[in-house]
Amino acid sequence: MTDSTPALELRGITKRFGDLVANDGIDFDVRGGEVHALLGENGAGKTTVMRIAYGLTQADAGQILVGGHALAIRAPRDAIGAGIGMVTQHFALVRPMTVAENLALGRSRGLRLDLSQAGRRASDASERFGIRIDPTARVEDLSVGEQQRVEILKALSRDCRILILDEPTAVLVPGEVDALFATLRALVADGLSIVFISHKLAEVRAISDRVSVLRRGKLAGTVAGSTDERELARLMVGRPTFGVERPPDATVPSGAFALSLRGLHATGPQGLPALSEVSLEVRAGEIVGVAGVSGNGQTELVEVLSGMRRPTAGSVSVGGVELSRADPARMMRAGVGRIPEDRHASLIGDLSVAYNLVLERLDDFRRGGRIDERMVREHAAELMERFDIRARADDPVASLSGGNIQKVLLARVLSRDPRVIVVSQPTRGLDVGATEYVREQLLARRAAGAAILLVSEDLDELLALADRLVVMYEGRIVGEMAVADADLEHLGMLMAGRGMAA
Amino acid sequence: MRISPWSTPVLVVAAVLITFVITAGPILLAGANPVEAYAAFVVIPLTSQFTLLEVLVTATPILFTGAAVAIAFRAGYWNIGAEGQLLLGAIAAAGIGTLVGGLPAIIALPLMIIGGALAGAAWALVPALLRVRFGIDEVVTTLLLNPVALLLVNGLLHGPWRDPVTGFPESPRIAVAAEFPTLIERSRLHLGFLVALVVIGVSWYVLARTPTGLRLRASGLSPHGARFAGINVSRTLLGAALISGAIAGIAGVSEVAGIQNRLTGGLSPGYGYTGIVVATLGTLTLPGVALAAVFLADLTVGASSAARSLGIPSQLGAVVQGVLLLTTVALLAVRRHRLGRTTGRDAGSMTGDVAAEAQPG
Repeated sequence: MTDSTPALELRGITKRFGDLVANDGIDFDVRGGEVHALLGENGAGKTTVMRIAYGLTQADAGQILVGGHALAIRAPRDAIGAGIGMVTQHFALVRPMTVAENLALGRSRGLRLDLSQAGRRASDASERFGIRIDPTARVEDLSVGEQQRVEILKALSRDCRILILDEPTAVLVPGEVDALFATLRALVADGLSIVFISHKLAEVRAISDRVSVLRRGKLAGTVAGSTDERELARLMVGRPTFGVERPPDATVPSGAFALSLRGLHATGPQGLPALSEVSLEVRAGEIVGVAGVSGNGQTELVEVLSGMRRPTAGSVSVGGVELSRADPARMMRAGVGRIPEDRHASLIGDLSVAYNLVLERLDDFRRGGRIDERMVREHAAELMERFDIRARADDPVASLSGGNIQKVLLARVLSRDPRVIVVSQPTRGLDVGATEYVREQLLARRAAGAAILLVSEDLDELLALADRLVVMYEGRIVGEMAVADADLEHLGMLMAGRGMAA
Repeated sequence: MRISPWSTPVLVVAAVLITFVITAGPILLAGANPVEAYAAFVVIPLTSQFTLLEVLVTATPILFTGAAVAIAFRAGYWNIGAEGQLLLGAIAAAGIGTLVGGLPAIIALPLMIIGGALAGAAWALVPALLRVRFGIDEVVTTLLLNPVALLLVNGLLHGPWRDPVTGFPESPRIAVAAEFPTLIERSRLHLGFLVALVVIGVSWYVLARTPTGLRLRASGLSPHGARFAGINVSRTLLGAALISGAIAGIAGVSEVAGIQNRLTGGLSPGYGYTGIVVATLGTLTLPGVALAAVFLADLTVGASSAARSLGIPSQLGAVVQGVLLLTTVALLAVRRHRLGRTTGRDAGSMTGDVAAEAQPG
């Protein structure tokens, strides 16, 4: 079924973004007629390495070989010329145009659009691979699954022999997943090579001949597609290094529920259901960790608790006050401190540090009709000292480093002594010093009696900080456990949607 | 900011110099010496009292519309409708002006100004509501209401308001009590100029010094971040749109009560659109708007006198203004590109960049 020379081979691919090593010497190959899955948590470096293979990003070190020959791939057109196609999570289709027009766009030279040829190619491909699509349909009228088929057709119409699919099932409903898998099997039967990026164990096992697992930018192992889920989960999650910072003698929290969610439902940005039947409680003096691969409703959960998204059903209450219809200002008045994952978007990058620190409570800083600039500066100086923000008060926030931006947000939130803190990915992208600082601050608030809901993709972080964990998968809470009893394999299975099998 | 070669004042001066280099070609083609022509455009108008006052008269309407546009743009509300809002203000002034004959000026003038402001705000209301409630793009709606306002003016002038004495399509002359007094004997400089300075000064104070102004700027710089910080961004946008419309409306009052003394079809040669140019050249700050309005007025007056003294077409003044706008916008775009690369910041819209770089006020 497979021949010996890999169709695509990556050797020692290394890529850094600032201090972050996204890919660390990754070796990967895919043969003709094979589906090779790339498995890992979000941020493990799966997408980055394949973006390098497709020319969307350049590697800092390493080699790309196609059919045994080293190639310099500087842009997608180099990759396309070498027979590599990629379907990214965000489709590159012109929505008001028809399928045939979209297919013709990528191929046409000169001024003429050869629509009849594009239409013919589309029907050829439909016949050969069972990709059913009406060439005259407008893309915007198609379902997401159909749009994905157009993207695959587009790659095939450029004579691609190596097809990279980045989380192709993330946007599909279950029936569409089966159709996609049937298509992929037809393609490999025709001798194509497929790289299948995913974090879902069941899918990876269902479709792959081999699986390479990435963990924190490194290759954790390459195993057969038939490897059992426990082993895959173990490779994916790894064995965390316990740098537990939570004092072991910490009292088990037994206070009243400070934050309580009941039967919460909400939709995501495209109006699709993102949260369903989410119920959880956080006591005063407790940190509840939310584990899960990103995109499983955590963002929407934090948005609801930030007052940025109205739930479609269910209740949110803080200290007994109903807040499911609260806006951000009301949430803050109720004592909820919010530190979302997108810290840049939660501040005003072009405004000064000092103004950002007072933006939530401008009315406390007015004298008569005007802003009391001296008070603003004194407040900034005090918080910058207390939270070790290394910048000047009138620097625009956007000019700060990631760690200092996070400290600005942290200072703005913690200076108001919130009873409830909702915090997401608090240390993502931060260096070691800033990470420790942020974690210490959260633990200090816990000790002071705040109820903290901590969303993180970093299991080490959750295990180090949280008292209890809940696991989210596809908008639901699929498991709950005390950190003391946490079993990593079980946790990995829950995160990958295999709660029932465990 | 640290990138001093790209700071806003340096950038605008560079744009002026580049403009002079580019427009030297057309001026040579017109048979004049470019250096002499620029002297005539820029310097000569400032050398006599009469032309200097004419510069200020010419600057008056675009001080208003420039401020109106700058305030809206700073809030992230792209009001392209200052022209129509100005015309509505003019209609209100012409209407009220004929009715206040028996009142003392101290009452008549504020009545007209308030009436014009309300009319301009009313014209701005519908697009603002459509934007805030339904997310309908205000660039399109405010722009398309401009010709509608002009039709309204012409409908009145050819219908109920046609001058009964002359039969011309002009409204009847407003009452003497409703005319803006001139500020200096034997010149056309009128009260409207003072009102414009007050509007600029108050707007600067509010934008730079008050919580309301900071909320407005925050909403314009990052609607998401502003909302997250508890700012009611919709209400801020609505407020900015209405204030912008009101200020543009006062521009109409000023032209009717200060210059024409009646409503005419040619009341505004595009002052609302020039306001966008003024706001952009002034990098959306109010001191910048004041300088840009006076500079453009200087060029306009200079170009018409250069037409007489140097025998070159007065349209060259418009050419210089047009090229200046393009070079300024181009330099802003280049700066955004460079800054975008060095700071890794997401590129905003071009005018958004102006807002981002603008100092308070």
